[in-house]
Amino acid sequence: MPFSVKRPAARRDDQVRRKENRSIHPWKPLSQAVLTVLGALAVGAACAQSVYVSSEKDHKIHVFDAGGKLQTSIDTCQRPRDMKPSADGSRIYVVCGDSNQIGVIDRTAGKMIDRIQVADSPEIMDLSPDGKTAYVSIEDESVLAAYDLASRKTLFKVKTGGEPEGVLVTPDGKTAYVTSEDANVVHVIDLGGRKVVKDIKAGQRPRRFALSPDGKELWVSNELSASVSLIDTASRSVKATIKFVIDGMRASDITPVGIVLTRDGQTAWVSLGRANHVAEVDVASRKVRRTVLAGKRAWGLALSPDESTLYVSNGLSDDMTLIDTRAGKAIRTVPAGRVPHTPLVLR
Amino acid sequence: MTGHAPMSSRRAWIGGALAALTLPAFAATAAAAGKPTGAETVALIGLADDPRHAARRLERAYPGHPAGRLLDAVQLGIADSEVGLRGSGRSLKIRDVLLPGLDALPAQLAQLRKERVGYWLLDLPAVGVTQALTAAGDAALLFNLSATQDSLRGAGCSAQLLHSMPSQSMLSDALAQYLAARSWRKAWVLHGPDPDDALLLQAWNRAAGRYGIRNIGVKAFKLSGDPRERELANTRLLTSDREHDVVVVLDGDGEFARTLPYATQQPRPVVGSNGLVALAWHPHWERNGGPQVSRRFRKLAGRAMSGQDWSAWIALRSIAAVLGELPSASVAEQASALRNGQVFVDGAKGPRLSYRAWDGQLRQPVFLSHGDGVIGVAPMDGVLHPLEQLDTLGVDRQESACKAMPK
Repeated sequence: MPFSVKRPAARRDDQVRRKENRSIHPWKPLSQAVLTVLGALAVGAACAQSVYVSSEKDHKIHVFDAGGKLQTSIDTCQRPRDMKPSADGSRIYVVCGDSNQIGVIDRTAGKMIDRIQVADSPEIMDLSPDGKTAYVSIEDESVLAAYDLASRKTLFKVKTGGEPEGVLVTPDGKTAYVTSEDANVVHVIDLGGRKVVKDIKAGQRPRRFALSPDGKELWVSNELSASVSLIDTASRSVKATIKFVIDGMRASDITPVGIVLTRDGQTAWVSLGRANHVAEVDVASRKVRRTVLAGKRAWGLALSPDESTLYVSNGLSDDMTLIDTRAGKAIRTVPAGRVPHTPLVLR
Repeated sequence: MTGHAPMSSRRAWIGGALAALTLPAFAATAAAAGKPTGAETVALIGLADDPRHAARRLERAYPGHPAGRLLDAVQLGIADSEVGLRGSGRSLKIRDVLLPGLDALPAQLAQLRKERVGYWLLDLPAVGVTQALTAAGDAALLFNLSATQDSLRGAGCSAQLLHSMPSQSMLSDALAQYLAARSWRKAWVLHGPDPDDALLLQAWNRAAGRYGIRNIGVKAFKLSGDPRERELANTRLLTSDREHDVVVVLDGDGEFARTLPYATQQPRPVVGSNGLVALAWHPHWERNGGPQVSRRFRKLAGRAMSGQDWSAWIALRSIAAVLGELPSASVAEQASALRNGQVFVDGAKGPRLSYRAWDGQLRQPVFLSHGDGVIGVAPMDGVLHPLEQLDTLGVDRQESACKAMPK
């Protein structure tokens, strides 16, 4: 059997960088300067926005401008992961996996002003619609835990399958969906009754969610099945599965994790993990429109307010790729700390 | 059962958690749908006099050796499978079969068969695994949890036998791939005197040939203080060659290999049975959900998770996966489903895992580890295979001597 040793992953990564160093568009260097200006306008359109990126291993949130220029870094609790803004947008709640806390960041002051103790190894969080309650997946206890942010009290815990991860609270605040990576199910949790009311069998290692704007369709990424499951929220059953395929890659190299849907509900962006790409999916036809090269182990995703830019955190190349969503091209990739986890874009 | 008080209380805790997890409503639904319900018994079969588990040997904790009995790992596998299985109304319970010695095996295996215990987890030396195959026939699904011998996957294989522990050839290939990726191509090989060491040498030679590693010297070592045998025992005399890139030590026992790193004449890395070691699991693997598995295990067992523990845990997960997919299939149909790529398991090592059709071996990444952590994962980046990269480790379809495949 012939075995040759080369490094495709590293090469892919280099390609990203090389591409950035070339011009933004493949057609003509006709006026590189003009194009660069256009590119800057494209990413800078909603000018006052900031991109916050939690960085797991340097215990910081790095703050970038819309174009990906580092503005400042905020010290946080240990191993910051998921982030959510407060209802008025003045604060950011960040889940810290190693120090078992929710850090409270004051955006104006640019620092962490408080921390709320939570259970062992928290990972992903969603807030109640009124912003008062945090629902956090607690990996080591296999529970979804609810915390009152004002009083810091634990409200309740609901037992889940092993390694709970994705958490999504419905806009009416009545239901939470939680993935169990280990049990390969999506739990439907009645937050009023504080119990699991249904297990929906997903693909292998289900990770994170996105909910369609009309609330009827729940998207779940299946990391080890190279797919997303589309769950009909009324019948609480999987109604479709979208498989991801990239030429020249095997299914085992395609590991979807992050999902975002556009506000019109017509487009989904899915990060493909080890495949180092993100996929743009046409929601109506459930077909992949195109895939775009990002960095190594692309996981976290966030769209700019005008949805012209997709920010992708790449956990193994320690950087963030900015993608022009209209052109479907990576604009640039910028360093983003050690093991960047979640990007969050706020005005 | 081992009777340490702290362990029992940990088990009680897990038992309590399981009771809390069980939702009777789900079981009722499954029963109404006419599916078989109830708990399947999984027997863990081990020997009280197993030399691998002798107290003093465990204390030495040689790399790659078991760290204790596999009961905790099986318990963890059952606990982890509970939620995934509850939708199908099935559950798993353990029966710990600890025999005084190999002599007691035939009678006990006959008893298990008579009682229709469908899942046999074998934590046995190779000879015990072979006995179990004969005793089980096609009435049980068997998992070899800890024997690495290639012969059990080759001529001695069975349609009903699966191997969750990597074979010796997989471990050797992992090491050889790492050396090839580093261009450490000239190996100085030291091997021990035991029959096990001869098997290690055989597996190493095969791997070295596959990945272009050249043995520029192969020497036998011997544990000895006798000055007349110093050529065989002295680590400096054994490693005085100037040409090699790396020392490969093949020592199934472990005592000699432990004395070798930093004790060679030339400043060369030591790999094989000490130094850089190929392992099924490492408690400091920090990706793919590894820390969560290791932490759950430590909480339950009070010690770090070894490769053998991982192997027992993933065997349980495999049983749960096939029960979840095919709740009413016979064990022969389940063996077939596991081996023909219908069922996958998540081993917290990256890709989803499946069993090879040709010899029942679980295909899986192998960690290249030193005492502290994992510094490489085989298959190495860039090692190519026409169908499945994981099959670059171990015996591939066309090389397999196994003739017993499931129908």
